[in-house]
Amino acid sequence: MALLQIAEPGLAAAPHQHRLAVGIDLGTTNSLVATVASGMAKALPDADGHVLLPSVVRYGESGVVVGRAARAEQAVDPLNTLASVKRLMGRSLADTDAAMRSHYRLTDAPGMVGIETRAGIKSPVEVSADILRPLRERAEASLGGELTGAVITVPAYFDDAQRQATKDAARLAGLNVLRLLNEPTAAAIAYGLDNAAEGIYAVYDLGGGTFDISILKLSRGVFEVLATNGDPALGGDDFDHRLADWLKGQAGIADELPVEDLRRLLALARSTKETLSDVGQAVASCNFSDGRVLDVIVSRGTFAELTADLVARSLRPVRKALRDANLGPEDVKGVVMVGGSTRMPHVQAAVEVLFGTAPLNNLDPDQVVALGAAMQADVLAGNRKSGSEADWLLLDVCPLSLGLETMGGLVEKIVPRNSTIPTARAQDFTTYKDGQTAMSVHVVQGEREIVSECRSLARFTLRGIPAMVAGAARIRVTFQIDADGLLSVSAREQTSGVEARVEVKPSYGLGDGEVARMLLDAYGTAELDAATRMLREAQVEARRLIDATEAALVEDGATLLAPPERSALQAAIYALAELLETDEGDTRRIRAATDALNAASGEFATRRMDASIKRALAGRSLEAI
Amino acid sequence: MTITVTDNAARHIRKTLDKRGKGFGLRLAIKTSGCSGMAYALEFADECQPEDLVFESGGVKLLVDPRSLPYIDGTELDFVREGLNEGFKFNNPNAKAECGCGESFAV
Repeated sequence: MALLQIAEPGLAAAPHQHRLAVGIDLGTTNSLVATVASGMAKALPDADGHVLLPSVVRYGESGVVVGRAARAEQAVDPLNTLASVKRLMGRSLADTDAAMRSHYRLTDAPGMVGIETRAGIKSPVEVSADILRPLRERAEASLGGELTGAVITVPAYFDDAQRQATKDAARLAGLNVLRLLNEPTAAAIAYGLDNAAEGIYAVYDLGGGTFDISILKLSRGVFEVLATNGDPALGGDDFDHRLADWLKGQAGIADELPVEDLRRLLALARSTKETLSDVGQAVASCNFSDGRVLDVIVSRGTFAELTADLVARSLRPVRKALRDANLGPEDVKGVVMVGGSTRMPHVQAAVEVLFGTAPLNNLDPDQVVALGAAMQADVLAGNRKSGSEADWLLLDVCPLSLGLETMGGLVEKIVPRNSTIPTARAQDFTTYKDGQTAMSVHVVQGEREIVSECRSLARFTLRGIPAMVAGAARIRVTFQIDADGLLSVSAREQTSGVEARVEVKPSYGLGDGEVARMLLDAYGTAELDAATRMLREAQVEARRLIDATEAALVEDGATLLAPPERSALQAAIYALAELLETDEGDTRRIRAATDALNAASGEFATRRMDASIKRALAGRSLEAI
Repeated sequence: MTITVTDNAARHIRKTLDKRGKGFGLRLAIKTSGCSGMAYALEFADECQPEDLVFESGGVKLLVDPRSLPYIDGTELDFVREGLNEGFKFNNPNAKAECGCGESFAV
């Protein structure tokens, strides 16, 4: 029993001013909501006792239908019944994969792809909000009150645009987003706290539509994500499609099936796959609309063989993540299995072979993410008192490096990839030209050294820099990433205090596939990038020197230099300028010519220095100095 | 019908009442909330309501409203030190179950 203190009259605190907070796993295939009650996280079922809400929305003649009922009508009304919409979050039409394009009428709406339905053009954000709304209502009905807030989980690979889209969807559904949480991190919370285990863990999350691997370090209740990787286009759906194709082949169907039959076949493949997780073989049978019949026996071995390459595909990012964290499989103490697809026995076996340890799966893999999110929500809503054992700190990482453009189209990385967030990092920059009063700050995301190969996130201009000689201004650029992974960038000139800032509300458009591609590109092109960087730096340095020398010549050339000296210096400038214009690609020659100009102007610089000292001292007595 | 305080509790109540400089006594009450249904409230009392029942124990006046009494009848109020924490504890014979956090109880 807690100990009581005496309160002033009428002020005795009501116990358990419990703020209702939930965790929501907004999944590609299924979504669910969980909350913490009496210290235990549990998933909330709907009125029929189902915990999982299929992430399917049907825009019917008589209104919006979500979940099981919508999924049941998928075969009847395929074009108005939207599934796997998470794959479209924050993407433009060009980024969508062929499977989604073949299922729906996608249009190129401004900002993000749109889906044509009976109810008009719907954006993925609106559809996601329609999925979140019944979850909110379910939570409010079973908890008996309005929700203080929710923690929504997103794949670790979601970029800023996709995170923002998820936040927008939650807000549209009337939810107050306490924060977004990476799915694997949420799973680790669920396992880390329930089992109080310390050490290095891997979270293997094979969901309906995405695969994520995270390497986490758990120690004394502190979670640190060491590395994340994944395959944004790999999930249980792919296993369904693979099996469906095979079934089609077995039935001797070679032609394209009508949309309704395709749905039926996919549903059959899914249920066969699920059966095979429990028993050794299953019978797959269905009737197609044109009267053809499918009746095939599938064994677990056949299914494993059909999908072996999909499982192998999931192991590549696993190895990459381990490399990023400088770890080997033997350093990993345990592997947390997340996502319904990890129920497949051959997936579990492959993971066990790689890590040499049996994966952890004692929590329901479908629920574990939502449970962890609920625990996080409980803490953020202020329901846990500080000092309790659950008062943990959560560290997350940013998936791609963030930086800004410098002269020559190069990227200066400010926040390196896999930095723990929330974070704030600053770096000082200076002006490039004499009297420069404005500076354009171009924020980019990516691993490449060249701006054009990275993703542009935002641009803004810092104006009002006092006129100074090049290199004298000190402009501090600060990158700040909040706990949701959203970025704000500010630039401040230190002497005058002028400041400009931007909140990165990224334009929707970069798909998670593109994030993966950018990462791969960066690995493959590291040497080329390094060479380009050296060349660009040499070019920038050469131009800077030409500008500075020319400016000095205009100012003092006539007074301080004899005509032959002047023409020698001019000649060095021309030589370098010509080299820059004609021969773009030779770093060594540009450097040599730059050195030559430096040497040629050395004497001139010394004289200018002397002259300016003389000017400063002119007419003053020794005592006055 | 009785509510009592231990010597330790009486000493502490007198001391805090003195320090406060005013007060008729101490009010014990039940609030219906919390995860197990009911929770205790412990407040200074500046005035006695006509319906209040007043118990005296250890030189301290204890006020209980008649609706709360059935739930805490027979309670002994103790003042204890647990580790670094000290505070009042209800030794309530009516309480059948307490919630995990100990802030509420059921009869």
